[in-house]
Amino acid sequence: MENKSVGITISQCAKTYADGTRGLHPTDLTIAPGEVLALLGPSGCGKTTLLRIIAGLETPDAGSRIMFGTSDVTHIPIEKRQVGMVFQHYALFPQMTVQANIGYGLRIRGASADEQRRVVGELVDLVRLNGLENKRPAELSGGQRQRVALARAVASRPRVLLLDEPLTALDAKLKEQLRDELAELLRQLRITAVHVTHDQREALAIADRMAVMQAGRILQVGNGESLYRQPAHPFVATFLGRVNQIERSAGHAARNQLELGGVTQACPDHCAGATQLLVRPEDVEIHGMDYPGSVPATIARRVFLGDHLQLTIKVAGHQALLADVSRDHPAQAGDQVGVFIAPHQWMPNRADL
Amino acid sequence: MRHHPQKMPPAMWLITAIVTLFMLTPMLLSVMAGLVENYGQGLSSGLTTRWLVEVWAGYGNTVVVSLLLAAVCVGVTLLLGVPCAYALARSRSRWAHHFEELLTLPVAVPGLASALALLLAYGSVAHFRQSFAFILVGHVVFTLPFMVRMVGSALRRKELVALEEAARSLGASFTQRFLGILIPAVLPSIVAACLMVFTLSMGEFNLTWMLHTPLTRTLPVGLADSYASMRIEVGSAYTLIFLIVILPVMWVLQAMGHFIEKHYGK
Repeated sequence: MENKSVGITISQCAKTYADGTRGLHPTDLTIAPGEVLALLGPSGCGKTTLLRIIAGLETPDAGSRIMFGTSDVTHIPIEKRQVGMVFQHYALFPQMTVQANIGYGLRIRGASADEQRRVVGELVDLVRLNGLENKRPAELSGGQRQRVALARAVASRPRVLLLDEPLTALDAKLKEQLRDELAELLRQLRITAVHVTHDQREALAIADRMAVMQAGRILQVGNGESLYRQPAHPFVATFLGRVNQIERSAGHAARNQLELGGVTQACPDHCAGATQLLVRPEDVEIHGMDYPGSVPATIARRVFLGDHLQLTIKVAGHQALLADVSRDHPAQAGDQVGVFIAPHQWMPNRADL
Repeated sequence: MRHHPQKMPPAMWLITAIVTLFMLTPMLLSVMAGLVENYGQGLSSGLTTRWLVEVWAGYGNTVVVSLLLAAVCVGVTLLLGVPCAYALARSRSRWAHHFEELLTLPVAVPGLASALALLLAYGSVAHFRQSFAFILVGHVVFTLPFMVRMVGSALRRKELVALEEAARSLGASFTQRFLGILIPAVLPSIVAACLMVFTLSMGEFNLTWMLHTPLTRTLPVGLADSYASMRIEVGSAYTLIFLIVILPVMWVLQAMGHFIEKHYGK
């Protein structure tokens, strides 16, 4: 299919509701043509508001500007913005068949019957709905409905595709499978897409870059790996995965050292100055007491989670730490162990830098 | 999963049977009264259809009038009520809520009072006063709230708001999404509301009794007239005719409703 995707430039976009609450603080964001960007955050963080502003379903405050490529769409209504949208519960037209749903946008724009048939046929192949063309949405499974919604949204070759929590309505197992399918389809379509989700795994699997949002602001934008490894904000660190937080005294912070269980160790340069350090549970290693460089600790709790063990460990003078270890690890609750954290795994809590 | 039907306890059976019998007796007596020669003597006086024939000769036209009036009333409430329901459902103004309450007022206010107000305002416009349009207006005032309420609550459903947004994102204009998406999506509610309006208009007596002229009588007004002025057998025969006319109409309308529900509902 011919690609009309353009980049999106959002400048100083804000949304203040009638009662004075700020749904979105002035926000700048640039999305490259063909890029898939996830807006990631908990409910009420403003991600859906931002998506609806890009779509044209919400009017942003004065001074906001949205560009699709080189055209300013700030004051263009959604009907004329040429966006494709996939809704949380798909919003398929219940009285129409699968092919009528997919072809709706083309029909509205007055495409010829031949073109409608051709495009709908192509999309039915693409999203593997062959044989279901004449079914109604009520007769489809959740995953099939989701694919119809996607096909309908891209049928009239939108400039931008907007996905509002497209996988929320599915159960966990199916979600995982469809997440990879969706990522694959978006790559095939090479369409600029903004994908709203509260599920960090979904964002990691689908998006090229993600913008983590909290309380109406974008905290950090970057690809999943850099956000996971170098979170600029403790919220980003906790939202993308679990972290342990460890306090250190002003004196240790000044010398960039950490005292853990009576052992003082040097910290990497990027941690200098931070009074709070972060470390991910999968980076906490559990060894025997005699392991070189390890800190004495006690296993307080052992939880078997199938693909790994989650251990809660007590180190004297600190809050309990979480450690994720392989499911075959011999540790049992009550064991005395040596905890080792490789120095380069420590992340500074940048909010207090 | 297998579904085990719950067994009804005997006491429940008994209560159901008593209530059913209590409710059916008056209906059966009424039907019988219309078919016997002399109600005082009961069945021993013999069965006859002459009361039915007499009623049909005297009041047959009221049956046609009532059916037509109810049909036109459905049409008018559709044209006025569905757009009104949409406007109220999508309005963010708090006045919309007050307006909807006001609209419901004619249901609470006795029909006699509404009718009196209509007479005071338009009673002097002779052509209007003497035509069926005058009664139609009364019926619309009384039934419109039901149409607006039922269709409005369907249009307020979250999925409907999303359907409309989806249609907008695909480029549909207001008319295209209203007629092509919203109306079909709430069709079961619209059909149910039509059925309600038809039924209410068919049986409306209060307002109609105040508004009618000797030349503009509906079935319930004729019924009251026959009860007041004739033998009990004639009145009962009239009831029987009412049932004979209304039951098949209701069945057909309900069957249509079910059909649409099945094919357009979720």
